[in-house]
Amino acid sequence: MENIKSNRITNLNDDLSNLLRDAGYLEIGACIQCGTCTGGCPSGRRTAYRTRTLMKKVQLGLTEEVLSDKELWFCSTCYTCLERCPRGVPVTDVIIYLRNLAVQRGYIQAPHYVLCKMFYNTGHGVPINEEKWNKLREHYKLDPVPPTTHKFPKAYKEVQTLLKSTGFDELTGVGDYEPKEEDGG
Amino acid sequence: MPADKMKFALFLGCVIPNRYSFIESATKSVFEKLNIELVEMEGASCCPAPGVFRGFDIDTWLVIGARNITIAEELGLDIALMCNGCYGSLLEVRHTLKNDRKKLKMVNEHLAKIGREFKGTAKIRHVIDILYHDVGVEKIQNRTKYGRKSPLNLKLALHYGCHLTKPSDIRPWNQESERPTFFDELVEVSGCKSLNYKDKFLCCGAGGGVRGAFKELSLDYTREKLENMTKAGADVIITACPFCHLQLDLGQVEVNNIFKDKISGPFNIPVMYFTQLLGLAFGMDPEELGLIRSPDLKGVPPFIPLKPVLKKIGIKVKG
Repeated sequence: MENIKSNRITNLNDDLSNLLRDAGYLEIGACIQCGTCTGGCPSGRRTAYRTRTLMKKVQLGLTEEVLSDKELWFCSTCYTCLERCPRGVPVTDVIIYLRNLAVQRGYIQAPHYVLCKMFYNTGHGVPINEEKWNKLREHYKLDPVPPTTHKFPKAYKEVQTLLKSTGFDELTGVGDYEPKEEDGG
Repeated sequence: MPADKMKFALFLGCVIPNRYSFIESATKSVFEKLNIELVEMEGASCCPAPGVFRGFDIDTWLVIGARNITIAEELGLDIALMCNGCYGSLLEVRHTLKNDRKKLKMVNEHLAKIGREFKGTAKIRHVIDILYHDVGVEKIQNRTKYGRKSPLNLKLALHYGCHLTKPSDIRPWNQESERPTFFDELVEVSGCKSLNYKDKFLCCGAGGGVRGAFKELSLDYTREKLENMTKAGADVIITACPFCHLQLDLGQVEVNNIFKDKISGPFNIPVMYFTQLLGLAFGMDPEELGLIRSPDLKGVPPFIPLKPVLKKIGIKVKG
């Protein structure tokens, strides 16, 4: 046992396949690299993104390589791979969880950050941000302000309370979070 | 009011109320015509989106989704929704919380801070699911008989949208995701023909945050869909989701622009949400169905004019 250097053990603990196993995505071990996922992938049809390769890298535990790659965000979550996987790997769900791990490490696309900010500030990912949208609603004989968080400030506060409670504001950096002293400023 | 009158809580989401509001208008009109009551879910937020927000943080997605569901639970109603993304999110949030006690505990601990609790009493229904399973194709077909004098005669390119049918194990379509036909059956009551076209079930390209972060990639999906729809001779594209609708309408203008060297000519296929088509088949006024464009607002949908398709079925509109 002494021959096993601690850094190897650390690397092993940070291994993606372990992280996925801990989160309950056990099926990733069943992947036989058949390529059905790549075969049906509409993103792979027009880019170099290969779902099978992604699954292989996950099995090999190439954490940093997988999570820092922008191709992780090429999936449009059409679920074709998940439906067709002959080994029952929930491929799309695995990709979504990998994205969570990427965001935890600070890997987020700039337009997605803007989306988070809009959501945090309005309760909508796509909010009414120009008066023309209110006027358009009126044209279609609807209340110019929809009965959502846009109309009810209390509801919006509820959403923001929850986003603070889950730590979404800190995770994505969109909140009015002020670092505490014990965080080292 | 008869005791058996159907009643649902209407979840709006983001793209419908804040961009494609004619979908809200048309669906409310058609449901009223079918004597189905829709109650507003006051204070609802973004669902949140199943690909993109779920990709940021699954737990936050569960908590916000659960809060939305509790609004319907307070009303004592099941949820009706018009967006495949909202459908995917709320359906899967509910499924997770019904089956994972740890996640349920986590979610309710957060919800307790705003005085709410997820109970799991409200079911999540896409409006297509309600019309197809609860009302039934036959009854809707009958409704068209005392609507228009002659059946509509258009060639439709249907776009189901991914999250309407997949993952299939928790959806009400008999586990069928490869070649479902329920949406074709529903819209064909109008007398129109739903076309078979190559890769009919291909994604529109908008979902999963791809449109937001990699627009050209997302529009390349759309370009391929539009080419296949054109080859099949489509008069109009019919959607079941506002985000697919946006991608196929506004996206058409964008495809014409960024792929102008790659395509044989600009695309110009009008796009309708399916309740607009049903309403026309019932003989309803195009204005009630949100089919008349605002004369003075600029930069608002529909970006591809509907006038040619309305003209084809004998409806003259100004502008």
